[in-house]
Amino acid sequence: MTVQTDDLASLEAGLDALETHERVRVSRLAKGWSATWPPLVFVGLLVVGWQLVYSAHVAPDYKLPSPGSVLTSLKDEFNSGDLTEAVWNSIRRGGIGFLASLVIATPLGLLVGRVKPVRRAVGPILSGLQSLPSVAWVPAAVLWFGFSDATIYFVVLFGAVPSIANGVISGLDQVPPLFLRVGRVLGARGLDSARYVLLPAALPGYVSGMRQGWAFSWRSLMAAELIARSPDLGLGVGQLLDSARLNIDISGVIAGVFTILVIGIAVELCVFAPLERRVLRRRGLLTATL
Amino acid sequence: MTILQGLNRSEARVQVVQTGPAVSVSGLTKRFGAAPNVLEDVSLEVQENEFLCILGASGCGKSTLLSLVADLEQPTAGTVEVRGGKPALMFQEPALYPWLTASENVELALKLRGVAKKERRERSADLLELVRLKHAGDKRVHELSGGMRQRVAMARALAQDSHVLLMDEPFAALDAITRDVLHEELVRLRESQKLTVLFVTHNVREAVRLGDRVVLLSSRPGRVVKEYPVNIGQPRRIESPEVSALSVAITEDLRTEIRRHGGQS
Repeated sequence: MTVQTDDLASLEAGLDALETHERVRVSRLAKGWSATWPPLVFVGLLVVGWQLVYSAHVAPDYKLPSPGSVLTSLKDEFNSGDLTEAVWNSIRRGGIGFLASLVIATPLGLLVGRVKPVRRAVGPILSGLQSLPSVAWVPAAVLWFGFSDATIYFVVLFGAVPSIANGVISGLDQVPPLFLRVGRVLGARGLDSARYVLLPAALPGYVSGMRQGWAFSWRSLMAAELIARSPDLGLGVGQLLDSARLNIDISGVIAGVFTILVIGIAVELCVFAPLERRVLRRRGLLTATL
Repeated sequence: MTILQGLNRSEARVQVVQTGPAVSVSGLTKRFGAAPNVLEDVSLEVQENEFLCILGASGCGKSTLLSLVADLEQPTAGTVEVRGGKPALMFQEPALYPWLTASENVELALKLRGVAKKERRERSADLLELVRLKHAGDKRVHELSGGMRQRVAMARALAQDSHVLLMDEPFAALDAITRDVLHEELVRLRESQKLTVLFVTHNVREAVRLGDRVVLLSSRPGRVVKEYPVNIGQPRRIESPEVSALSVAITEDLRTEIRRHGGQS
């Protein structure tokens, strides 16, 4: 009998070895580099093309600035301290608005996702709100709160809360019912079931909701800053951009757009992309090395 | 339905008893809503240390039967008694939690039973060793093969420390070679852990390969048709002549049972 057990053990070990694959490890640096250079080359080509178009004088300078003059305006704004102040203010507002949205949207999403009557009543409105551009709230917010931070945060919240809440809901919906059944067999009831099964299972949906929520926060913030301009509000990137427009300073305008874009990309690359990758990789949901 | 779903669930309908057979089902009927009966007046007993295979075609309610014994569903009529406590249950899919490692999956089962943290580590290592996966404790679910996953699921089921193990076609999704190995593994574990097993399958040979007794269920509604004692000593092989002979006989009865449905329409 022992001989037979050993037989089984070695048989099993052989099968296990055949059916599992060693992961090929690529160094992080190599992976990082291979992901970085193609977009850099592309951006470089765009700038070269832009410079060529500019040199061909297809449009007057007040409509089409050169890459160099945009860079100069960025430098000037940086040297005057305006750029740093504006970027800092906008990121602070975006960050606070996003965190506040998380605090509101998470319980809201759980409630709508798990309580049937609430879902029936609130669910359709929540997904409808997601398609409403939150900039539409700016005029109302200005009338209610004046030119204050409250106006800005109001608009940001209405941009981000629905998309984060919908992320939570779809995360919950994607939890395989079998996971919950297994949880019950193992003795997870009530809060234990939520804590050890439901919430971790819903995490990927939640993270992608968060990612989208940030994008909505940032867009809404820029819309609010562009429209709601007042000395009381302090300088934001949106205000900086609109000032350039009023001065008919196309280089400043383009510089503003770039600033907004770069911040959006930076937050995505430094915060949400790694977070999502981490969650997905742990679960084996990230197969391609993108 | 709330987030706390389950808190307000009423008390268990499965009676836990201290004497008698390991599992005793009597007069069990189940239907969902207004649909016809899935199970009808099913009575059977699984003795302590017995390996009972329930065999049936689609629609015989074999999975429903296990859900009733596991207290995941409520019977329409009849009673279920389980000796000693809540039985462990394994599904066709391993249903391991992908956010946990193999060993954490086992530990979660212990945690939910209230086992202290320090003990959980050791127990989980022991259980994984029992299914010969001690080296794979730190692997994530997606890094394991199908057979390994099902063995981790077995370790997790054993972590429930129940002597009654319910198995719902646990090897149906595996390839034949792996299935064969896991049959042997299960027979070995059942010996060493003194398990009582109630095993549901639609695979006749598998039932004969594993069971001490095979019960054939009819379909729509599921009723007990016939019982077959399997008087073949373990270790058995699925390709042995004894297993084949009994499988042929049972398959005949199963086909007769299935033909009845064709004639009606």
